[in-house]
Amino acid sequence: MERRPKYDEMRAADGKVRPHFGPIAQWLAQTPAKRVAEKRREADLLFHRVGITFAVYGDAHGAEQGAERLIPFDTIPRIIPKAEWDQLAKGLKQRVEALNRFLHDIYHGQEILKAGAIPPEQVLKNAAFQKEMCGIELPNLVYSNIAGIDLVRHSDGKYYVLEDNLRTPSGVSYMIENRKMMMRLFPELFERQTVLPVEHYPSLLLETLRAAAPARVRDPVVVVLTPGQYNSAYFEHAFLAQQMGVELVEGADLFTRDNAVYMRTTSGRQRVDVIYRRLDDAYLDPLAFNKDSMLGVPGLFAAYQMGNIALANAVGTGVADDKSTYPYVPEMIRFYLKEEPILANVPTWRCGKPKDLAHVMEHLAELVVKEVQGSGGYGMLVGPAASKAELGEFRKRLKANPGNYIAQPTLSLSTCPTFVRRGFAPRHVDLRPYVLSGREVKLVPGGLTRVALKEGSLVVNSSQGGGTKDTWVVE
Amino acid sequence: MLSRVAERIYWMNRQIERAENTARILGVTSNMVLFGTPETREQTLLAPLTITDSAERYFQGKKPVTLQGLVDFLALDADNPSSIFSCLRMARENAHAVRWQITSEMWEALNATWIEMRRVRRVDLAGAGATKFFDWVKERSHLFRGVTYGTIMRGEAFNFSRLGTFLERADNTARILDVKYHVRLPSVKDVGGALDYYQWTALLRSVSSFETYRALYRDQIYPIKVAQLLILERRMPRSLCACFEQLTQAMERLQGQHDRAARRLAGEIYVRLTNADIEEIFQGGLHEYLTDCIADMSELAVRIQRAYLGTA
Repeated sequence: MERRPKYDEMRAADGKVRPHFGPIAQWLAQTPAKRVAEKRREADLLFHRVGITFAVYGDAHGAEQGAERLIPFDTIPRIIPKAEWDQLAKGLKQRVEALNRFLHDIYHGQEILKAGAIPPEQVLKNAAFQKEMCGIELPNLVYSNIAGIDLVRHSDGKYYVLEDNLRTPSGVSYMIENRKMMMRLFPELFERQTVLPVEHYPSLLLETLRAAAPARVRDPVVVVLTPGQYNSAYFEHAFLAQQMGVELVEGADLFTRDNAVYMRTTSGRQRVDVIYRRLDDAYLDPLAFNKDSMLGVPGLFAAYQMGNIALANAVGTGVADDKSTYPYVPEMIRFYLKEEPILANVPTWRCGKPKDLAHVMEHLAELVVKEVQGSGGYGMLVGPAASKAELGEFRKRLKANPGNYIAQPTLSLSTCPTFVRRGFAPRHVDLRPYVLSGREVKLVPGGLTRVALKEGSLVVNSSQGGGTKDTWVVE
Repeated sequence: MLSRVAERIYWMNRQIERAENTARILGVTSNMVLFGTPETREQTLLAPLTITDSAERYFQGKKPVTLQGLVDFLALDADNPSSIFSCLRMARENAHAVRWQITSEMWEALNATWIEMRRVRRVDLAGAGATKFFDWVKERSHLFRGVTYGTIMRGEAFNFSRLGTFLERADNTARILDVKYHVRLPSVKDVGGALDYYQWTALLRSVSSFETYRALYRDQIYPIKVAQLLILERRMPRSLCACFEQLTQAMERLQGQHDRAARRLAGEIYVRLTNADIEEIFQGGLHEYLTDCIADMSELAVRIQRAYLGTA
């Protein structure tokens, strides 16, 4: 694997500890390894007992449907100084605002296409573009009420946006649970530094969802719609519903009558106004989309078109977080906000373009190649880590369907000290903050830091053996 | 409350109560086989199968009736839907599906129980290990009920958990008492003898009411008094009457407009229990009386399902 200079979150290139990591570095030096190991076991036990687990798709060993695993939790926090965070937050708000403007535009006047800033076929021929959404008016013009933006820090010390998640981004429950766990295991660490709180995320989320309600409703009834307890993120669906104090429903709990949505309760039917759906577009309504879906609610989309129910996120946001749309986001920011992007994009080759494809084929061993619709680290190639056979296999796939892939340089993700079998060592991390758009755009200081636990690995996805860390924004 | 959620809560409580009752029955049985002759021993071993209504399934496996076989089947068998193992698994499964509607303590109690249950191996239940295991199941059930009572909001979730608990408990008490009808003594002269005494004592112990019997009656163990205690004594928390008192109260607290059939039947059964006379019950035949009770309770379960839980 290529050796590049890396950016370490704790230590500068000269080996000195960065000031905001000072108290943690001191603590690491003072605390006996045995005590830390004990605490880690305690954390594992607590996570298991509370049942914060993660179901993994297609687990061959899962005798029970959807085997449950624990996402490894690392007890060394990732720390961001407040000033740096403020700049990040500004960039995130800007980006999500532009993305929402873009979504509203392409389902209405399509000004950005007319202006030639984005080729029309990129949008109109995109599988995630939902024609049925054209002309539908949404409260506050918001499409992606909850966005998760994946950031990485390169060896140049700058943050880059790796991808936008505008459909049903997950992981926010770990952000909250990780903080709870750290406070329980190491209260003394919070005395040494002022860590900005993230625990109010559920109440901001509820506020955001209520703001999405149809205008006729004064006191909207909000529910969380889950595909059910075998879904990989079920814990999170349940957790958020409980934290917000709203019902967690499955498709079968809901029905429509006269284009209104109701839930079945022990005391009869009850009207529903806002659905925070953690279910893909295709499964929402068998009458409108995938007709084999058993998870959805027949008639839901008709009610949605009539403006009788709000869905968060809206239908059809996938066209904006598609990896082939990603390269155009800086253009969107310039076009809608007349501002320069605060957060940088990673240079991206679109394999659908013959020139780009040729470049990608030639440099495959240095690049990361991703499916445009892929997520969760499935179906991606990390060139420097791939074997000859894997590269050959991927070349065939690229040739067969080039439009399905994009390629990016292999970023040297920054590293953060992480507990390993013996002591601690630097491991690669990314960061996913969550951006809430209601009447205004809000976020809590922090996000989910994912860590690749294998030495040298750049894949942080929990489905691929990644772990998580608490993320501190410190004053 | 969502009907689906109510259904899960109702069943998780039935399942935990059922696991406890099965542990109680097995615990007493493993003690009872130490007494008596080979013939009575077999009768004793058949009783748990009769009570849990699972004799047919057991004999499908063509296994001889031994204590070990019984414990395997009723405690550990993953294929037997009413084994302790299956009950704890399903209860945890149900809790998992509605963990946001129950308190985190309730969920943690059931989840930790299941994690521990999965570690139990057949050898752990050999000899003295069995009693330890049955005590553990009882304790986990006590813990769950206590945690529920002590943490859950007094609302629909609480009401449906009470419905599940007390319907299951009443059904079990009726079945345990009825088993004396099936377990016959070797001959008439044994009635009132040492063996008979041990059987009635065991029965009382299986529903934790040996001490209550002594305290209330300060007398020898008489069948009619045992029946009085287990059917009509409202101060005895596992009696039919006490269970139905709780059941009808929980039903009255349910909100909204419902199909009245379930509530009416529960009320009728409760009124009958409060007005019944044990002498009359014995004249008509205890077995016949209990058979009717068990039938009424399964009809009540059907009506509860229809009125509140059915998703249709």
